[in-house]
Amino acid sequence: MSPSVRLQEMIRVIRGARTQGEERGVIQRECAAIRAQFRQADNGTRSHNLAKLLYVHMLGYPAHFGQMECVRLIASPRYNEKRVGYLGAMMLLDEKQDASLLITNSIKNDLSHSSQYVQSLALCTLACMGSAEMCRDLAPEIDRLLRASNSYIKKKAALCAVHMVRKVPELGELFTPAARSLLSEKNHGVLHGAVVLITELCERNPDTLEQFRKAVPELVLMMKGLVMSGYSPEHNVAGISDPFLQVRILRLLRILGRNNDTASDAMNDLLAQVATNTDSSKTAGSAVLYETVLTVMDIKSESGLRVLAVNILGRFLLNNDRNIRYISMTSLQKIVQTDHNAVQRHRGTIVDCLKDQDASVKRRALELSLALVSAVNIRSLMKELLLFLSSCPPELRAHTTSGIFNAAERYAPSQRWHIDTILHVLTTAGGDVRDETVPNLIQLITTATELHCYTVHKLYRALITDISVQSLVQVACWCIGEYGDLLLRGECEETEPVQVTEDDVLDALETVLQSHMSSPATRGFALTATMKLSTRITHNVDRIRSIVSIYGSCIDVELQQRAVEYNALFKKYDHMSQSYMHIVVSEEGPKNGQTPATLVMDCSLCYRTSSGTGAPSLGTRLLNSFYSQAIRLLNT
Amino acid sequence: MIKAILIFNNHGKPRLSKFYEHYSEDTEQQIIRETFHLVSKRDENVCNFLEGGMLIGGSENKLIYRHYATLYFVFCVDSSESELGILDLIQVFVETLDKCFENVCELDLIFHVDKVHNILAEMVMGGMVLETNMNEIITQVDAQNKMEKSETFIFQSPRQDR
Repeated sequence: MSPSVRLQEMIRVIRGARTQGEERGVIQRECAAIRAQFRQADNGTRSHNLAKLLYVHMLGYPAHFGQMECVRLIASPRYNEKRVGYLGAMMLLDEKQDASLLITNSIKNDLSHSSQYVQSLALCTLACMGSAEMCRDLAPEIDRLLRASNSYIKKKAALCAVHMVRKVPELGELFTPAARSLLSEKNHGVLHGAVVLITELCERNPDTLEQFRKAVPELVLMMKGLVMSGYSPEHNVAGISDPFLQVRILRLLRILGRNNDTASDAMNDLLAQVATNTDSSKTAGSAVLYETVLTVMDIKSESGLRVLAVNILGRFLLNNDRNIRYISMTSLQKIVQTDHNAVQRHRGTIVDCLKDQDASVKRRALELSLALVSAVNIRSLMKELLLFLSSCPPELRAHTTSGIFNAAERYAPSQRWHIDTILHVLTTAGGDVRDETVPNLIQLITTATELHCYTVHKLYRALITDISVQSLVQVACWCIGEYGDLLLRGECEETEPVQVTEDDVLDALETVLQSHMSSPATRGFALTATMKLSTRITHNVDRIRSIVSIYGSCIDVELQQRAVEYNALFKKYDHMSQSYMHIVVSEEGPKNGQTPATLVMDCSLCYRTSSGTGAPSLGTRLLNSFYSQAIRLLNT
Repeated sequence: MIKAILIFNNHGKPRLSKFYEHYSEDTEQQIIRETFHLVSKRDENVCNFLEGGMLIGGSENKLIYRHYATLYFVFCVDSSESELGILDLIQVFVETLDKCFENVCELDLIFHVDKVHNILAEMVMGGMVLETNMNEIITQVDAQNKMEKSETFIFQSPRQDR
């Protein structure tokens, strides 16, 4: 009776359970039985029990008590017990467990077993979960197997060697000679393993890379054989002869030809041949073609070949098959830095892909579009990106907004365009922007002096429409507080001016202050703006005073502190009816997400008085009070 | 490198889970659930590639999947693998299963999960593609099964005494 029968009984029982609770009960009973049987002496059912345990493990139930059993089974002389034992080792053990050290000796013995299948079990397990210690111990064994064994074992040994090199890079030197000789094998499986091994060795060690450059002619010949050979039923996949091996060889050639003229020359012909002769109607052919294109772009190829490659990618972009389009965009992304102009030619198609149904294709198109932004195409491309933003899937929004901001910062053709773009983004997706957007935008508005009137009008309109987007509301409040006089003047060159009264403006700010949607930070902005307006308006100072004093008893400590200080300002300097202060306070939110909010007082105090009495000392006192406030807040 | 190979059905129940990097049991189950969640949302005619979820390595890794009747075959790979190649590999895997089980269906995978593991072990080893020739794989698997059967047959008689 093979192990599977008992396993099947248990599976049937588990599947018979109708609820999750019932299933848990069944499994707990089975696990208890298995645990009891593990404690007993060998009664011929060990492998069945471990197989059952592994099934239970796959469903998600704890199975760590089976670890020692794996060790015991691996040491058994019987093949079926070894098999289950090794499978259990791969699933339950890893290098952090102590039990994994115990199997090192068993693996060592099994690597020299007479049966190739036992050897292969050991190799497989070693390649899956071999720790650095085990790899160092067993490396000489693997080297021996690489040289003298049948092709079945050789291919497994090659991949095992790859794992070892990943764990212990110094072992690369040990395997290099054997790897070199494997290239003359005929068996495709062995060749495949050999190419993977050589790729790994070359990627890790530049000296080895130099050595293997001499193998380029051999590899080219191998590729030619694969491409030009007729139909070979053994390795044929959709009309291509062993596409997996072809792809691997092309990748290795890419690494060998990079930054090296001689090697690149040697492969030029071959790459042209592959590019023109491969039939790309099925996935297999496309895989080979795509790998060829990447190799051509990465090595020092002739310009004619490069043009051919980019054209192939362009053709891929127009393919009906979405997989092909996705792949072509991935490869265009890789070359957009080096061959920017070539990729620009396909910008139209890429931008069209932004409207595709498929979320993966959209993501690729977004990345590529952001990489293609330049000073020349910024206006048209930004229109497309903003259109995309209004309908893009939620998981891409944050990335899109930050991409748009970066692009706008680098290539904005005018300040007005820049401000318009940022405002558009805030109205469409204000909830998904980064925290630094608000201070950055404030900074930008401050520097665009001739646009203050335009900006404040636009922001006021946005504010009265909708106060749910916190970042937009914060900027709008700040702007109104700062340039409220321009708003109230009722004239503007750049846009249709609004006719507002002071009451309207104060109404808007008060709505923000009282709304449930406003965050504490937003309320802070609104309160400061209200305060600032006291110097810019003439009729409603009392209303402002009453608003500010209400917040003197607010629960929010930050607001309360501000309100109390502003109140103090009102009381102390009430007699200065002829003087007014312009206070610019800018706040910067948390940087790097780690430090708490620091208030940076950008104190630009300027005051004018009609009478000269006491003005200088007043100014000094004001300055001192603000500096002390700043220091106090910085110390919190 | 292939990070994980998962097979689950349309309701998310795992039929095979093989991880080539170590994760704790809880994490493994979370990965299966998250992968199912991502893959089941996809339409029928979109592409077979998904950027990976947060758990299995973020944006470096991709999920390459194929949907056959009631089963999803998902390979989670990193950027060193050819995406189209893996797509073909899934096809070869399914065809091999079909040959080994004679018109494979989900029940075959449920009741013979150890056999599926053995077949997979002949194709992918340590996260790397080992063999892609279907006939070669089947030959090896058959030989190993024969070895197992011959052993149990030898030990059959003494055990019947118990």
